[in-house]
Amino acid sequence: MAGYAAPGFDTLALHAGSAPDPVTGARAVPLHLSTSFVFESAEHAASLFNLERPGHVYSRLSNPTTAVLEERIAALEGGVGGLATASGQAGLMLAITTLASAGDHIVASSALYGGSHNLLHYTLPRLGIQTTFVRPGDHDAWRAAIRPETRLLFGETLGSPGLDVLDIPAVAQIGHDHGLPLLVDATLTTPWLQRPLDLGASLVLHSATKFLCGHGTVVGGLLVDGGNFDWDAAHARHGRAATLCEPCDGFHGMVFTEESSVGAFGLRARREGLRDFGACMSPHTAWLILQGIETLPLRMARHVENTQRIVEFLATQPMVGRIRHPSRPDHPDHALASRLLPKGCGAVFSFDLQGSRRQGQAFIEALELFSHLANVGDARSLVIHPASTTHFRMDDAALAAAGIGPGTVRLSVGLEDPADLIDDLQRALKVAQKAA
Amino acid sequence: MPMSLSTRSAMYAYTGGRPFDAALPCVVFIHGALNDHSVWTLAARWCAHHGHGVLAVDLPGHGRSAGPALPDVEAMADAVLALLAEHGVQQTALVGHSMGSLIALEAASRAAPGLVSHLVMVGTAYPMRVSPALLATAAQEPLAAIDQVVTFSHASMAAKPSYPGPGAWLHGASRALMRQVLARGTGVAGIEHNLFHHDFTACDRYAHGLAAAEQLRTAGNTRCSLIVGGRDRMTMPKQAATIAQALGAQVHTLPTAGHALMQEDPDGLLAALRLSLR
Repeated sequence: MAGYAAPGFDTLALHAGSAPDPVTGARAVPLHLSTSFVFESAEHAASLFNLERPGHVYSRLSNPTTAVLEERIAALEGGVGGLATASGQAGLMLAITTLASAGDHIVASSALYGGSHNLLHYTLPRLGIQTTFVRPGDHDAWRAAIRPETRLLFGETLGSPGLDVLDIPAVAQIGHDHGLPLLVDATLTTPWLQRPLDLGASLVLHSATKFLCGHGTVVGGLLVDGGNFDWDAAHARHGRAATLCEPCDGFHGMVFTEESSVGAFGLRARREGLRDFGACMSPHTAWLILQGIETLPLRMARHVENTQRIVEFLATQPMVGRIRHPSRPDHPDHALASRLLPKGCGAVFSFDLQGSRRQGQAFIEALELFSHLANVGDARSLVIHPASTTHFRMDDAALAAAGIGPGTVRLSVGLEDPADLIDDLQRALKVAQKAA
Repeated sequence: MPMSLSTRSAMYAYTGGRPFDAALPCVVFIHGALNDHSVWTLAARWCAHHGHGVLAVDLPGHGRSAGPALPDVEAMADAVLALLAEHGVQQTALVGHSMGSLIALEAASRAAPGLVSHLVMVGTAYPMRVSPALLATAAQEPLAAIDQVVTFSHASMAAKPSYPGPGAWLHGASRALMRQVLARGTGVAGIEHNLFHHDFTACDRYAHGLAAAEQLRTAGNTRCSLIVGGRDRMTMPKQAATIAQALGAQVHTLPTAGHALMQEDPDGLLAALRLSLR
């Protein structure tokens, strides 16, 4: 490294984990589309399997291209290591199964992305893992929900679709008081807007499909081990973290906290979770996500700027009811957002369209620059109706608890000229008005 | 199957994934300032699975070992020798990194004749002076000092393959480890200011190196090697020349590695270590 100061965010976004290829001189990250990697000898092979030497064996466990992405996201988040997974959902499953077994318990925010809610509420109980949902801002509820068998606290930096801001320092402290790590899904903020580990979280999850990738071409997940949680202390004082602090039968009695004092979570998640469950990321996907991350700082600045202009425009429109964006003074978490998200509150938000269901449909169908689809964080602007799509499995009570009404519309603001986006919205609002 | 040792001195030692067997040729790994045994796990596992008995220690007051932290390099060397005596080790190689290299040197000079067959000093310099500015920062703002040391200890943002495996971010892991060791050491009796300041002061004050080297060279029972990082900015290669000459040591240079050379070039380190242990 050239200088004496620690590299900054923008530098890490371009360089962390990668250097010119020593064999070919390739400057861009090479794409290694190879399932497997040749051993130098029988002894080398055995050493790799037995964690005596570092290196790649098989792309389900690790791959040189994927490793660059993993190191880069760990660097950007301020963690000790990353794991790339087939999707954000796979990353969540990997995080949970690394820490929890049948009979264990999770405390999670009630304002979660619909897919995460579904996994925790319906699917994991079939495997013996229960979840108690609490309102993200109700700290007493977080505390009260913790049981002896609780293994993890889980929330999102910005909840869906009401954009509840998770008070990470407060919830992390509750976790520390009880020997519990806080896993934060930071998909909507990216490390450019907020680094949860700096605020006390222990693990960070991303659906890299969204802003990290940015071009809307691939699905992938990234999980970051913060290396800042004392698993041994949690085990000694509270009886938690047994998967990391007690001998692992599936790995010759290895105790992961002995092997890596600060990277035990990532070590077990890779050596057991990726090995056994197999939800790894394709190297090609990793390569494409890396292309996105290289421009993340520039893109996020533009996303936030465009969003601010659109929020201000919508606030002037008679057909638009409540706008749920923490930059608005009437948002319940406005003060918290000012403290924890000083660079902005992201580019995904929702608002209530006043009028009939038919008018709502007319509005969405009239949009041309905003694409009607089930994703967020694309360079292109996107729109969706949560009650009939992303959150359709929730009953009315759960929808209301999550702040979703029949006229709620979610926007993901892209990188187009903001004047064009406003023009598109203005025209669609007129169409909706005429549909009354 | 126990993978670590319980000792009377409450000193933890990782044994490389196999039960410790004092009858095998022993290798003792000693970590540097504000580190613990986990900086050695790959090499320790390799040695333990290739015919050695392995003890990768946590020095008193560090990692999993109880306090108090010991006041100087000499006392830390005595603690390592006491651990060897407790477990009946008759002959051993001592491998130390940075502060641990000074401890290994001092322990070798204090050991009974014939006990230390090999001395391997990794990422070393003598004298191991620490700048007054860094000592002051370590005393007053240890977290800021950790960030400085992490930056100085790594030669690149992309050492491959990563330690202990792919996906690890070396700068972050080094920072987290130092923070953890500092946090666990807080409040341990016998530490002046904090463990970071304590360890760096011990390095700075150690003055018996040349005498220890002369003693080893004269006795002629210990094969000595240095493994240095070609891009080390903490203990620069030229600062290792004096002690290398005094020991008559063979010097192995890992050209792309900085000070964290076990992490930055684990395969190079292992290759040099295997040569050193012959």
